[in-house]
Formats: sequence, structure tokens, C-alpha cells
Amino acid sequence: MPTLTIDGTEVTVEPGTTVLQACEEVGVEVPRFCYHERLSIAGNCRMCLVDMEKSPKPIASCAMPAGDGMVIHTNTERVKKAREGVMEFLLINHPLDCPICDQGGECDLQDQAMAFGRGHNRFDENKRAVEDKEMGPLISTTMTRCIHCMRCVRFSEEVAGVPDMGALYRGENMQITTYLEKTLDSEMSGNVVDLCPVGALTSKPYAFTARSWELKHTETIDVMDALGSNIRVDTRGAAVMRILPRLHEEINEEWISDKTRYVFDGLKSRRLDTPYVRKSKKLKDASWGEAFKAIKTRLKGVKGTEIAAIVGDQADMESMTALKDLLGTLGSKRIECRQDGSAVEAGVRSGYIMNNGIMGVEDADYLLMVGVNPRLEAPSLNVRIRKAVRHSGLKVGNIGNAEDLTYKVAEFGDDASLLNAVLDGSHEAADGLKKAERPMILVGQSALGSDDGSAVLKATRDIADKYCMRDGWNGFNMLHNAAARVGGLDLGLTTDAGVDGILDDAEAGKLKIVFLLGADEVDTTALKDTTVIYIGTHGDEGVKNADVILPASAYTEKSGTYANTEGRFQRTSKAAFAPGEAREDWTIFRALSDVLGDTLPYDNLGQLRARIAKDVANFDDIDVLHPAEWGEFGVKGKISSGGIAPAIDNFYHTNPIARASQIMSDCIDARGGLVEEATGTHG
Amino acid sequence: MLADKDRIFTNLYGHQSPGIDAAMKRGDWDGTKELIEKGRDWIISEMKESGLRGRGGAGFPTGLKWSFMPKESDGRPSYLVVNADEGEPGTCKDRDLMRHDPHKLIEGCLVAGFAMNAVAAYIYIRGEFYREAEALESAVEEARAKGFLGENACGTGYSFDVHVHKGAGAYICGEETALIESLEGKKGQPRLKPPFPANVGVWGCPTTVNNVESIAVAPTILRRGAAWFSGLGRPNNTGTKVFCISGHVNNPCNVEEEMGIPLKELIEKHAGGVRGGWDNLLAVIPGGSSVPVLPKSICDDVLMDFDSLRDVQSGLGTAAVIVMDKSTDIVKAIARLSEFYKHESCGQCTPCREGTGWMWRVMERLVTGEADKSEIDMLLEVTKQVEGHTICALGDAAAWPIQGLMRHFRHEVEARIDAYHAKAAE
Amino acid sequence: MTDTPAFAWTAENEAAAQKHIAKYPEGRQQSAVMPLLDIAQRQNGGHLTIEIMEYIADYLDMAPIKVQEVATFYTMYNHKPMGKHHVQVCGTTPCWLRGSDDIIRACKSKLGIGMGETTADGKFTLSEVECAGACVNAPVVAIDDDYYEDLTAESITQILDDLSNGKDVKPGPQVKRQTSAPVGGATTLKDFISDGEGA
Repeated sequence: MPTLTIDGTEVTVEPGTTVLQACEEVGVEVPRFCYHERLSIAGNCRMCLVDMEKSPKPIASCAMPAGDGMVIHTNTERVKKAREGVMEFLLINHPLDCPICDQGGECDLQDQAMAFGRGHNRFDENKRAVEDKEMGPLISTTMTRCIHCMRCVRFSEEVAGVPDMGALYRGENMQITTYLEKTLDSEMSGNVVDLCPVGALTSKPYAFTARSWELKHTETIDVMDALGSNIRVDTRGAAVMRILPRLHEEINEEWISDKTRYVFDGLKSRRLDTPYVRKSKKLKDASWGEAFKAIKTRLKGVKGTEIAAIVGDQADMESMTALKDLLGTLGSKRIECRQDGSAVEAGVRSGYIMNNGIMGVEDADYLLMVGVNPRLEAPSLNVRIRKAVRHSGLKVGNIGNAEDLTYKVAEFGDDASLLNAVLDGSHEAADGLKKAERPMILVGQSALGSDDGSAVLKATRDIADKYCMRDGWNGFNMLHNAAARVGGLDLGLTTDAGVDGILDDAEAGKLKIVFLLGADEVDTTALKDTTVIYIGTHGDEGVKNADVILPASAYTEKSGTYANTEGRFQRTSKAAFAPGEAREDWTIFRALSDVLGDTLPYDNLGQLRARIAKDVANFDDIDVLHPAEWGEFGVKGKISSGGIAPAIDNFYHTNPIARASQIMSDCIDARGGLVEEATGTHG
Repeated sequence: MLADKDRIFTNLYGHQSPGIDAAMKRGDWDGTKELIEKGRDWIISEMKESGLRGRGGAGFPTGLKWSFMPKESDGRPSYLVVNADEGEPGTCKDRDLMRHDPHKLIEGCLVAGFAMNAVAAYIYIRGEFYREAEALESAVEEARAKGFLGENACGTGYSFDVHVHKGAGAYICGEETALIESLEGKKGQPRLKPPFPANVGVWGCPTTVNNVESIAVAPTILRRGAAWFSGLGRPNNTGTKVFCISGHVNNPCNVEEEMGIPLKELIEKHAGGVRGGWDNLLAVIPGGSSVPVLPKSICDDVLMDFDSLRDVQSGLGTAAVIVMDKSTDIVKAIARLSEFYKHESCGQCTPCREGTGWMWRVMERLVTGEADKSEIDMLLEVTKQVEGHTICALGDAAAWPIQGLMRHFRHEVEARIDAYHAKAAE
Repeated sequence: MTDTPAFAWTAENEAAAQKHIAKYPEGRQQSAVMPLLDIAQRQNGGHLTIEIMEYIADYLDMAPIKVQEVATFYTMYNHKPMGKHHVQVCGTTPCWLRGSDDIIRACKSKLGIGMGETTADGKFTLSEVECAGACVNAPVVAIDDDYYEDLTAESITQILDDLSNGKDVKPGPQVKRQTSAPVGGATTLKDFISDGEGA
């Protein structure tokens, strides 16, 4: 452990720490542009120069390993001059168009020029002009502002795993571009906007819509996938202007997917902003009272066994609970959260979460994926896997579709029946798991979606049981696609025949009333002749055959609890008001129950959460992972050979908000529209 | 003057064939096996004793550099890389060594490679030297055919090969880590140090990068003994050196001379003197474009070696002597170098990418005098802002010629500004 | 977009490419990108195209942008069609001191084009290059793979004339001189001078 002196303060640091990091440890601020702790060291901006005794020249602190006995000075005249010099060089060809630059107010160059700059201009030559580059629908470029820090290039190559960015030409003519000015083919591309320390790469959808200082920031949770990425929602009035990542080392580090970042325009379009009631085959807008009355009328004489509910992928646990309780007052327990028809089971929690946690990927040395495409299903998890492959030697094998996941994968084919061979030890994946010190199996929903889903579940459980258990390490991991799913399973929202059973019974006339809580991924044609009460945010699949529509709040408009794929409870915060008459879902059910004459026993969120906490362990332990006890799940059975269908065929259109987003559609268009329009029939 | 018997490059001008038979007659490949059998430690200590300092410009002791290579492999192979990316303006010595005396270099690769336990040598030659690369390739073939290279090279039991790698037009690849990057098939952008190449070089393996001349003189030094080499020149500045004398002399030429030869003697004995006589001399850039220019008064008696030139705030560099007589527009001469550095900046780090262009543009205005006198000091400050702040030495190299100009010819620049403004006022 | 025939190595160039790749350790084939770009450029008559760069990227298992980075970093790769002869005049200080401005003027006037341009007959492209590394033989012009040295406006004009007329031209010093030895004969190594001056 080297001990060095920084501005007179002695500090002992871990071996491998850089001088810059050591400076941070003692609270000495060192300005920098190119350095980024999650990217390789470039050392090119030269802003972080500091003095090191016995060195004739100042050193780049970002690149210099801290050494024992080093004496560092960051406040000498020479350092000050060096910083001023670098600052001046960065500015001479920078356009100084801050007033019309979207980065203004949150620009590293602007901030550091104020702190370390000379304060006047001596450059009397013409400034360089650089042609802008086309980078697709998400990233706007003003390349004259580029300071060539290479963060974007390093990010795309190292983190995103798509080496499609580069710097062409040389010297002062060097230009950053994507290859042939194509859209960066990554689900994580928007992160380069955050990484760009200046206004060269900015958010295209956000362009010129707001100034950073006039925005209200709300820290909340994303629901585009089941990771629960931590985000900040920036609003002006009722409008969400942009979404940015928040740092959460254990979940999303500081990255978010393009869907998470850019879906926000979907919050504004195709919104349900008033209740509707179907009258003579036509949906007519109605007051809340009229809508509730219509429901009451249609419920008259309906038996509990004739009522069912399906909850969608973005439902919070409070809403699901209130709906479950409402159904209870009506005599029904038939409420289903597995929209996609997955055979995942409620009950044994370790059977439906990522027991190792997302961070576990970095400890693992072998990962067997079964029917999962983390690149599309959870992009931030995928970059974590890539990181582990690159930095800690994780080996990955795959039973499922061979896709470009941006790292090396041993492809075993997409035949689920290979699991039998893994289980009996005759498949090489068994060796991989067996020999590993930290083996993981990651099971995706597509593996569980067929008729043999329960058998697959059982086989993966047994494989984990046989090969993946180490001291304090349960290597069984499930990846969900729906933010609501683990919460739904925690609440026990599964039914014997699943969604298909509900749809079949509805079609057969055995069901009279079906509640859809934001359930837009099921094909509702089967519900044509059933009374459908849709509670949700968007005019999407769920409203097509609805008889009563109750407008609800989206994830940015309410405080709701979600359990992510690790089983981690997190809560969203209200960043904006829901449009028009839309209300928070649980309050809708509470109000409806009142109309129906059996009032739900909670008047506020606190009471509702206390009620949930009675059923769900650790529900109030926000952001804490608790180990789940291992147990039996799945049903032994024949696994038929044949391909595993992908869980997601259109990353940009996986939910009603995304489908309402023009930006998401633009992303599809930018990829040649190759991805077919999602139909909502994924189950 | 150096005696012919003490000259290493006896076919410098290509009067004789560069082929292996002629080379062997000149003494190349003579007892190579015996040299190698004396062992690594002997070779390195002999090289250290000889006092040879790197001939590529920086003058780092060659034997010491070789000693940094790992004695035992940790599983990674080691490599010798020869820097034949000759492009420092004024410099054209390695070109002659490669096209006329290639076997000296190739034999040098073998002994140096052996001394540092390398498995192979890569000679990185600038792409424009197409014919020189051909000459090298054919010399390598000849050496292989004779069993001097390849498995059991020279019958020593040691396996070693030499490969020629052509550049494609980038001065910066003469910087050793840029060269390594380029050899790996990337843009020639210098690496951050540490780690140094001896630890992490080409393909992540221990690597030593040496100039052509440094390697090519090694076999002769080892054959004739360190004492012979160190007996030439002055302490810490030993041996012989190939000088390139260009510019305003009567007979520009390359010549191998003793280190420490007076500049005036070098020019007058070998290059036919300054055009119009010694008194017509304005200035000399004594070590390639990167080193500061010297006015005649210093040139009168300065010695051509590392320490003497350092003492007059210049440097021996590559020993490329660029002579300028009194007809020279010295401001333009230096401005043209500024343009060169701007053109050759790799663009990676801020001070060089932005600074070289700025410096050049100001220099261009100073050529015509279209400037304010205060800009001279500003320009000097800019050179100071570049110098010492960059990843590699190109920033320094771009700064020094301007600093040299202002140190000795500031009056000329000021006069030009005055003239411009006087004319503008008319 | 016009229909350009797909690029592929000639048999001879494929062999040359493989020879280059074999110089580098297993898995380090990227090291061959520069020589391969050179071979491909020659095969294509003097310049590179996106298609060629992608062919080489694929051939060496590199990301195309990495090939493009290399191809745009080094000055010897051309990205637009070139004349049959590439006339590269060195204009850096050592050549400038010895009259490269005259040489540039002579080239421009003889060829009737400016820097970076190609003659209408497609015979010549004219460029100014940075130090060619033949400074004691200044001024220097590289034409294709050969250096023409110790030039005057007259001698370069004659060379361009001869090339234009398909005549043989002799590279090297255009004055009586043995390579880099002083005009008038070497001042050293006189015993080593074999039969006759000038090779």
C-alpha cells in the first residue's frame, strides 16, 4: 500500500490507485475532462497535470500510479499555469456559443473555464469549424465544440461493446464520428451524451427545449425493464423534459438504456386523461362517477368465479395490492401477473429472483444463460456482464438464440432440451458450472414461455441445485423483463392456468368481468364479449375491447413500490402530475370499492404499505437485498426439443409508454424499421 | 578528422554492393556466433562501457536501455523494434545505412535481440522509403539464406528473425510508443508512460525501441571493443556519428565523423563550407528540426556532441546540421518547421493539437510582420504552455525552434513587424 | 452510387497479404493493416475506397472504423482517384532552403495544376509533402516509389516531361554525385570506392 503526500497531507492508498484518485481521497480537487472512472485512461486532455517532486515536468495525475514516497503538489504556480494553458488551448477553437448550447449550465468546460481559466482571450486567429456528424435520432452533434477527450469513443468500444465510433484524420483536423455517420447500434448509446463533457454530443429530443437550471429534478426509478435503474426525471411544470441516470453501483452504475432515457415523450402522447364508458359499442368519455356507476351496473349479479384480473408489466405493488383486495371483496382470487405466460412460480422467492444480485455477475466466473437476451431485456445488466467478461474473466455459455451480446459467448444452440444433458453432466456447460468457483445460471422468461415452461423451470432449478451452490452463493438467477413481475410474484398474483386460462375462459363465456391493470401485452380479442375494465395510462392494446376505461398515473406520476429482478424493493417518486382526470391507481380501486359498498381498509399510502408489509417480507427495507431461502419449484416433466423464442422482438416497443413514444419509433426507423411493429401478443 | 579505419559505415555512399558477400568482405557477420557466445551480460556490459548513446535524438545510453529488458521471460516474448521512421527534418542518415549497409543493421538486430532475449526484431521503416525497404527485405532474405537468421541463428542455438514493417506517412511514428501503436495496426498515437515499453511494449510484451544507427553500430563496437569506441569523442559523448549536412553549404552530404568534431570543421571539411564562406553564415540548426537554432557566433566554435550543444541551449538530436546563410529568411525557415509540426501532430493531446496550429498561425504572421510586438512574448508563452505538458516530445519539438528563434533572432522579428507597420502607415 | 465491382485480392496480392500477416504473432493480424492497405491501394490504382477498407477490416477481423482511422491518419493513403504518377514535392525547411519553391512552381507550371490536383489526362497528381528524409540531396521530389534528388526547376521539368512521354527516368541525384556523398567526391573512405563513381 503506497503512502504519498498530497499538498502536505499524507495518504495511504490501495495499490493501483492513480495520483488523481489519491487526490480525491484527501479531498483535493483535480480538474479533468478526459478522465472517467468507468473508462480506460486516455490521459489526453492534460487538464489534470500536477507537480510531482523529482519530476522535471508536471505529470498527468489520471494516468500516474500512486507510488510510495511520492510528493505531489496541486497548488503550485506551475500547476496553475499548466491548467490555464490547457484551458486556453481547449477554448481557442471552441465556439463559445454557450448561450445557444444545450450543455450550458452543466458543462464541464464552462465550469472549469470559470475555475481554472485565464479569463481573457489571446487567440487572434480564425477558429476551427468542424462539420457536424449524423448520429441518429438520439444524439445531436455540434462537432466544433468537441474537445477530443475520446470519452464517447471509449464508451462505445469498452462499455457498450460496439466499436463503431472513432476519431478520423489527425492533429487539429481530427474528427470524432460514428462509422459512416450511422446510428450507434447500441441500446446504451445515449450515455455518450452524459459522458460528453461539452456540448458536442447532446440529446436530440431534448434539443432547445429547456435550460438545465429551470428544471425540477426528481430522483426515482425506471420501469422500462426489471432492473429498476435509478433515474432522475427532470420536469418543467407537468412536462417531463428529460430522464437522466442516477448513480447506483449495484444496479445500473451510471448508465441507462436508450429506452429508459428517451421514452419520456411517450408520457405525453396517447394518454388516457379521462374515464371512458362504452355505450352502444362506442367509447364515450365520462366522469369518474359515471364510470364507477357503469362498473357497478355491470358487476350486478356476477359471481366471484366469473371475475378475473390481469396486471401489466409496469404496475406498482400498491396498485396490484389494491386491485387484489378489490377482487377479494368481489369474491375472486383470480389475479394474474404473468402477462407473457411464463411458468415462473410465486411462493419460493429464490425461484424467481436473481439470487446473486446484479453485482454477482462481477464475482462470477461462469455464467450459463438459458433463454435470455440481456442485451435487449436488460441492457444495463448486459454491459455489466460485458465488463465481467473483459475485466474479471467471466466465461459465458448460452442455451438460447445466438445473438450479438457484445462479448464472447459459447453458443450451445437454442434447444431447451439440452438442459437434460447439462443436468446429467454430459454437456460441457455442466463442466463449466461445476469447475467454477462462482457459477451462475441466468434464466430468462422466454425459456419458461412454452408448454414445457414448468419442466424447464424445474430443470434449471435442479441444475442450479446440483452445480451452482457454494458457501453463501446461490447461483440460480432469473431475469425478468417486467418491472412489475417480482412484486406481482411477491404478492402471489399467479393463477392455475395463467393468462391463457383467463383468456380461454373469457372466450368460453365463463368469465363475465376482466380487470386489466395496464395489461397491454395480451391479445384482447379473446375478451371481445367480456366486460373489460381497463385501468392504465395509454390507449394501447388493453383499451381495444374495454368497456370501462379508468385513467391512471404513469411511473413518473406516483410513488409506487417495485421489486426488481434481484428482489430489491425501490420506490418511485412523483415527478409530475398525471394528465387530466388520471389518478393514482390504488386510489382508483379505493374509490371504486367505496362505490361498490365494500371499502378497502386504507386511506393513504402509509396504511396501504403497512398492509402489504404484513404479507411481503422486508417490504419496507428499501434498496436492501435479502438472501432468499432455497426451495423446490418447477414441475418435473419432458422438455421438448426445439427452439426457444426470443422474449423481446422489438426493444423499443416493449410497453405502452414506449409504443406511444415517437422517439422510440424513430429509433426503429433509424435501424431501417427492421424490427417489426410489436403487436402486444407476446404471451 | 576521423580516420577511415575508425569508420563503421564503410559503404555509406553505396560505392560497393549492399549485398551480403560484399558486406561480409567489409567485415559484417564476422564472428557473430562468438559475440553471441560471450553471453547477454557481456554484450550489455560492453555496450554500456562503450558509452554509446542513442542515435535517434534523445541520446539515452543504449546499453542501459537494453538492460531494462527482463532477464527471464514471464511467459511473454520480448521484442526488439528498430526505429527506421526517419523523418526529422534535416535527417537522412538511416536511409543510407539501410540502402547501402543493411547487413550492419541486421547483424545488429541479432546481437541486440540476443542481448535482450528477444524472439524477433521488427524494423519499422517509413513508408516513403520504398526502395530502402526493398533493400532491407532482400538483405534479410540473404541473411536467412545463410542461416544467420531464423532457427539456430548463426549456429548459436538461438532463434531469431527480423521483419520489415512499413509505415505510411506519419512523423509521429518516430516516437517510440506511437511506433509501437502503429506496429500494432493502429493510429500512431503515443502511449502514456508508465508503463514503459521495456515492461509493456508491442502486443503487451517487453520491447526495446532503438534507432537504426544505434543498432547498426553495435556489432562493430562488440568486435572492436568498448574501449575502441569510447576512445573516440569525449567522455559521455563517445564514438562516431553519421552527420547529415544540409542547407546552404557548397556540398551537402552525409558523413561519419567523430563525436565532438567542431561544427565549423564538420561543415568545412566535408560539406565544402558555407555558401559564400563562413562569414556568410547566419545560423545553424545543429541536430534536426526539433532543436533550437544557433546563431553564427555560437557556431564558430561549438562542438558537435550531446553535452556541448546542450550547454548552448540546443541539442545534438539526430546530428542533422541544417545550415542557413545570410540570404535566409530565418523567420520563414522556422515558420516552415512550425507548419511541419502542425501537420504531424497526432491530435491526441490538447496542448499539441491546439498549440501547434496556433503557433504556426502566429509564425506565419510574423513572417510578414503582420503582428503586434506583444505577440512575440505571447507566442513564447504559448510555446511554454505546450512544452512539457504533452504526452510525447512532439510538443517540445514544436516549441523549441520558436524559442530558439526568439532567443537569437528576436531583433529580426521585431524589425519585420516595424517594417510591416511602417509600410501599412504609408 | 455507381456500380463498382466488388474488391477482392488478386491471387498475387492475396499471397503478399498473407506474407505480411505471417510476420506477426498469431492473433495479431491487425498489425498487417498498414501494408495491406498499401497493397490494396496499389491494386486499386492509387486510392482507397470505403469498400476496400471494409474488405480489409473483414479480412483482418477489425472493426471498420478502426481501419478507417488508420487510413485517414497516415498521409500515404489516398481517398480519391490519383493520377498515374504521384508527384510529391518536399517543401520542408531543408528542401525549402535549397529551392523547393522553385520546384513547386516548376511542377505547377509544367503540369498546369495546383497542389492536391490531378491533370486532366490522369497522368499526374501533385502534392506537397513533409520532410521526405533525403535532406542532403535537397530539393527532393518523390514520384511514386522513387526519389528524385538535387533537383532544379529544369531537371524536374525534364523528368515530368519524360514521364509524360513514357520515357525512362533515372531516380536519385540529378547532378553528378554518388548518392549522399558530397558533390565532387567523397571526403572520406576513398579506399572503399570501387570502380567508377556513380552507380
